[in-house]
Amino acid sequence: MRIETELVRSGMKRDAATGSLTTPIYQASTFEHPRLGESTGYDYSRTANPTRTSLEEAIAVLEKGEVGVAFSSGMAAISAIFLLLEKGDHLIISKDLYGGTYRILEDIVKKNDVEVTYVNTENTEEIKRNVKENTRALFIETPTNPLMHVTDLHEAIAIAKEHDLLTIVDNTFMSPYLQQPLVLGADLVVHSASKYIGGHNDVIGGLVVSRCRELGEKIRFYQNAIGAILGPQECFLLLRGLKTLALRMDRHEENALKIAQWLEEQDLIDKVFYPGLESHPGYNVMKKQAKGFGGMLSFSVKEEALVPFLLEHLQVVTFAESLGGVETLITFPARQTHADIPEDVRNEIGVTNCLLRLSVGIEHGEDLIQDFKERFDEYKRSEVQHKAYTR
Amino acid sequence: MSTKDQKFSTKLIHAKTHVEEPFGSVNVPIYQVTTFNQQKNNRYDYSRSGNPTREALEHTVASLENGTYGFAFSSGMAAISSVLCLLKSGDEIIVSHDVYGGTFRAVTQLFTNFNIKAVFANTTDIKEVEKCITEKTKAILFETPSNPFLHVTDIKEIVRVAKEHDLFTIMDNTFMTPYLQQPLDKGVDIVVHSATKYLGGHSDVVAGVAITNSEEFAGKIGFVQNAFGAILSPNDSWLLLRGIKTLKVRLDQQQKSALELAQWLSDNSQVAEVYYPGLPSHPQHKLASEQASGYGAIISFKLKDEEVAKETLNHVVLSSVGVSLGAVESILTHPATMTHASMPLEDKEERGITGHLLRISVGLEDVEDLKEDLKQAFEKAEKAFSYK
Repeated sequence: MRIETELVRSGMKRDAATGSLTTPIYQASTFEHPRLGESTGYDYSRTANPTRTSLEEAIAVLEKGEVGVAFSSGMAAISAIFLLLEKGDHLIISKDLYGGTYRILEDIVKKNDVEVTYVNTENTEEIKRNVKENTRALFIETPTNPLMHVTDLHEAIAIAKEHDLLTIVDNTFMSPYLQQPLVLGADLVVHSASKYIGGHNDVIGGLVVSRCRELGEKIRFYQNAIGAILGPQECFLLLRGLKTLALRMDRHEENALKIAQWLEEQDLIDKVFYPGLESHPGYNVMKKQAKGFGGMLSFSVKEEALVPFLLEHLQVVTFAESLGGVETLITFPARQTHADIPEDVRNEIGVTNCLLRLSVGIEHGEDLIQDFKERFDEYKRSEVQHKAYTR
Repeated sequence: MSTKDQKFSTKLIHAKTHVEEPFGSVNVPIYQVTTFNQQKNNRYDYSRSGNPTREALEHTVASLENGTYGFAFSSGMAAISSVLCLLKSGDEIIVSHDVYGGTFRAVTQLFTNFNIKAVFANTTDIKEVEKCITEKTKAILFETPSNPFLHVTDIKEIVRVAKEHDLFTIMDNTFMTPYLQQPLDKGVDIVVHSATKYLGGHSDVVAGVAITNSEEFAGKIGFVQNAFGAILSPNDSWLLLRGIKTLKVRLDQQQKSALELAQWLSDNSQVAEVYYPGLPSHPQHKLASEQASGYGAIISFKLKDEEVAKETLNHVVLSSVGVSLGAVESILTHPATMTHASMPLEDKEERGITGHLLRISVGLEDVEDLKEDLKQAFEKAEKAFSYK
């Protein structure tokens, strides 16, 4: 079955009792036992809830894994994965990383005596060079947030397998529609489902999918033990969002490419980071390992003063954190998503004060371009006036 | 134990669907779905016609009212309007003269389009009701206690007169809820509720229900519900089921506070009159005690000064100022400009709904806090007015 069909069937035909086409929302904390020692499979909703099961099974099918596990946020999902690391273990992780993941590594994981090395995973040789005796896992974001560095998953996974490392891929930016890391041999995939999977900026959720059952059950054990579960209503909304994932991603990508190409030609723009541009260093790797390039792009502007001007004046584009929704959002990584990373580290990885990130929505692409065009023109006019005045 | 034998507070807790739900969930699932797979010849096909979550609510309200058939609608007005669809062109209906403003609007501005005529009668006076009956009269629609004056109508008398003249009776039981008053037991044909009020109880759902024991009426109401389609959504049905579980404990507390507050208002120098059936001074206190097991938690009162009454709304802190009632939060209403705004001035004046009148739906706040709040609001209002 093709993924477009699987997406539409997310959560479908589960309710034999009524034939309901959607999964009912089991807003229940507890379940009646048929008799002593018997269970319907559901006892207490932290452990399992029918609506959540429906979502967990759907994401497992979409990512081609064995076990899906739903968490109350993307960070809850990533945190559960980090619990697999024990004292003395070493983790290799992409350098250009989501700020929330960086924070949990620095402030929590490291305290548990787990070693962490940030590596430019774009260069797979660097991964190899950093593998040590105690290296246990390799965590990759590709493309990265916000600079869209692409890691060659085939190569990275081959290195991991050679050294018996667990490979974890954060697939938030691509979604299973565009990229299926488990098929390429990764062990775990993690999502902030708040992004493309939900797709409507209305749910906070996280998902983990495991290629093998045993590892998946370990993650499920943490889910139940710690209890960072996703509520039934949110599970329903994510199932609902999944049904249009393919359509949304197609449109996100179409718009993103148009905007990226247009931005490249603007004199106020320094660089555009979008893996769908042939000029992007990761373009060929993306072609090999993903079905598309997604809807995320970043760009740096030549003058720092343009950043606050844009954030303040854009009209169709909304200045807000988060990504992956139907609405186009613009983010200032240095102050928002990556605020927890020290400035010198930020500048080193390229998250400068001139960088803006765009989560391209599904509005009409021309309206988005026009919004930027008008703001750029206004900025230039105001600059000319400003210069004339100060002279 | 069958549902019929259960005591009221037990019935409140145990809603069941028809569906043999496979996981033993203690709560009815929210079937947020429009259509059902027909491969196995299911009892559900399309959610307008039937939805398992809505059905669980419909069964629950039917059992609470000691009825057989329940129907859930998208608002109280949708419930009343759908029931009024049982009338046809040329029919007349007798309606309590101090009926809820929305019902008044429907029967005077909407159903008139279909040549259905409403005749208003003071239903507390059975002779006046009898006088209004013509050969075209088909039904009597009444509320007791009424809104906003809490006049009490003798349910048995209305039913007796209706039966004599072969009329059917529709009663709005919103103010009392089935916990305090069960009209079907007294022979009423159809009970309606704005479930937005006490049944939901949390100011978070707009909904209506209709309940009957008659298979014939049930068939007709069910037909209108499906044909007209003013159905209640699964999520709202579920929220109502959730609210219903605490109906008894909420009302017990609210009634206790209401009686205390009504007595306090009676003793207040700024208050001219208090309308609460639980006060022995209420003209129908005895009747109210006979036909209901409580007096509810709505109090209306008139202040001596109209401007002070209006100004009071600007100074209350604890009560929200608004048009609903029956919630955990106290709500203070100015009927002349809010609930009865759609009623023409002369009709309002005829009914005594002047600017002096305030209505309070007593919530779950501590009654001492409510008293203090009203006291300071009256004082500030008076001061503000005396400056003017």
